[in-house]
Amino acid sequence: MTRLARLYGGLFRIAFLEQIQYRASNVIWMIGMVLEPIVFLVVWTSVAESRGDVAGLGPRDFAAYYIVVLVVNHLTFSWIMHVFQYRIQQGSLSFELLRPVHPIHNDLCANFAYKIQMLVILTPAIVLMIIGFDPRFDLQLGSLLAFVPALILGFAVRFLFEWTLALAAFWTTRTMAMNQIYFAVMTFLSGRIAPLAVFPDLLRDAAAVLPFYYMVAFPVEVFLGQLAPAEMLRGFGFQVFWVGVAAATIASAWRFSARRFTAVGA
Amino acid sequence: MRFLRLFLVFTRLGALSDLAYRANFWFQVFESLLNLGAALALVALVFSQTDQVAGWRLEEMAALLGVYFLVLGVLSMVIAPSLTRFMEDVQLGNLDLMLTKPADAQLLVSIQEVRIWKVVDVVLGLGLLGFSLARLGTQVGAAEAGGFGLALLAGAAIVYSLWLVLTTLCFWFIRIENIVMIFWSLYWAARWPVGMYPGWLRWTLTLVVPVAFAVTVPAEALSGRLGPATLVGALALAVFALAFSRWFWRVGLRHYSGASA
Repeated sequence: MTRLARLYGGLFRIAFLEQIQYRASNVIWMIGMVLEPIVFLVVWTSVAESRGDVAGLGPRDFAAYYIVVLVVNHLTFSWIMHVFQYRIQQGSLSFELLRPVHPIHNDLCANFAYKIQMLVILTPAIVLMIIGFDPRFDLQLGSLLAFVPALILGFAVRFLFEWTLALAAFWTTRTMAMNQIYFAVMTFLSGRIAPLAVFPDLLRDAAAVLPFYYMVAFPVEVFLGQLAPAEMLRGFGFQVFWVGVAAATIASAWRFSARRFTAVGA
Repeated sequence: MRFLRLFLVFTRLGALSDLAYRANFWFQVFESLLNLGAALALVALVFSQTDQVAGWRLEEMAALLGVYFLVLGVLSMVIAPSLTRFMEDVQLGNLDLMLTKPADAQLLVSIQEVRIWKVVDVVLGLGLLGFSLARLGTQVGAAEAGGFGLALLAGAAIVYSLWLVLTTLCFWFIRIENIVMIFWSLYWAARWPVGMYPGWLRWTLTLVVPVAFAVTVPAEALSGRLGPATLVGALALAVFALAFSRWFWRVGLRHYSGASA
């Protein structure tokens, strides 16, 4: 255990120092990150204003929803699917394979380091959004407490799921198409585009069993206190289930996937 | 028409290199259809709850999306790849070569790389535009069509100038590839009518990163809500933007000392 803690401490420090060089780039990335929820927020607010509410949600509820989506999306996001292809094509995976630890540890530390730095940049934007859009928060201690495991599990589902899909790069050098389908489906069913309450029943039922909803919208709804205890328990159950599925896939697929690696380009 | 001849040469060069990767055509078709499908699905979702957004009906919104993809296609077919390569060339010193050629350097760097498969976005955008116009029916007369053409030209000129100014900054700053990310983020927001946004964002999209002129304004012309004042304003801004970016480019070029030698 202390070995793992030392490992994470070291990897985290390296990643943190590496990334702090890209402060200016991060500010630029921040614009896109913040703009996405703002645009959807404005769209749905304008719909809600024209007819009072959408699926029971008023303008101030949408404001609250998207501000929390911004935070949860940031905290659960990973870029692994974008980089895995390059790692394999350019052969940089060779160095990672030489290390005596699984490369997923380094990815995890890099992810944490990025998020902490980005959170510093994001905070003023979030404050401005709260001032500008006047969200209605109805916070309860119970839902805030439940939010912590929901967020951690949401991150675990998303990170492990995307890490699993990224392994496809071992079989094909063109993972772009798969990635794009994933991102298209994910942005819809994770609730980033709209709260699932406004979706047609069929999509909502599909979202309730697929992993995407549990990556973003579920933690958000837990935070906002929109879920009954039974719904919450069911959600936690699905989160644990999908974490298990993804972790088991990585554990069993990693070795024979990595064996296919012949360092293209190295 | 020296410009056209040069453009055709670069298109042929682009075609020669892209035709070697024919599978990429299908990837592009797939990617473009997915993007368009996702955009339409979202519009359908929104319009399942309402019959207008900020005063735009479903067909008008679809026409706006058509313009969005049309401009996106032109941008990512010529302007974005060419000016991205220009930034790399400044870093590597390859721009020296470009400067020795007997044609205007600004023109050369702006069209030097043509990604022909991106024409898929142009075609899909035009298709969606045509389809939604047919659904709109008789509303589009000669005046609207003319206004649309002018507004689209003005919008293209404005967006091109913006790209030129942003990338010209690389004469002074080394690591600025990311700066065009600002453009893409804001362009993405332009797939909705800017009138929908709160004041600060509307003004950003109109004056700071004026993508509104490339998408919303032409679409307004088609749906008959574009007043002559806005059109004249767009044309004036286009002329000013072209002149300013030209001037800025020259200042930048004077600053360039070459990195290859």
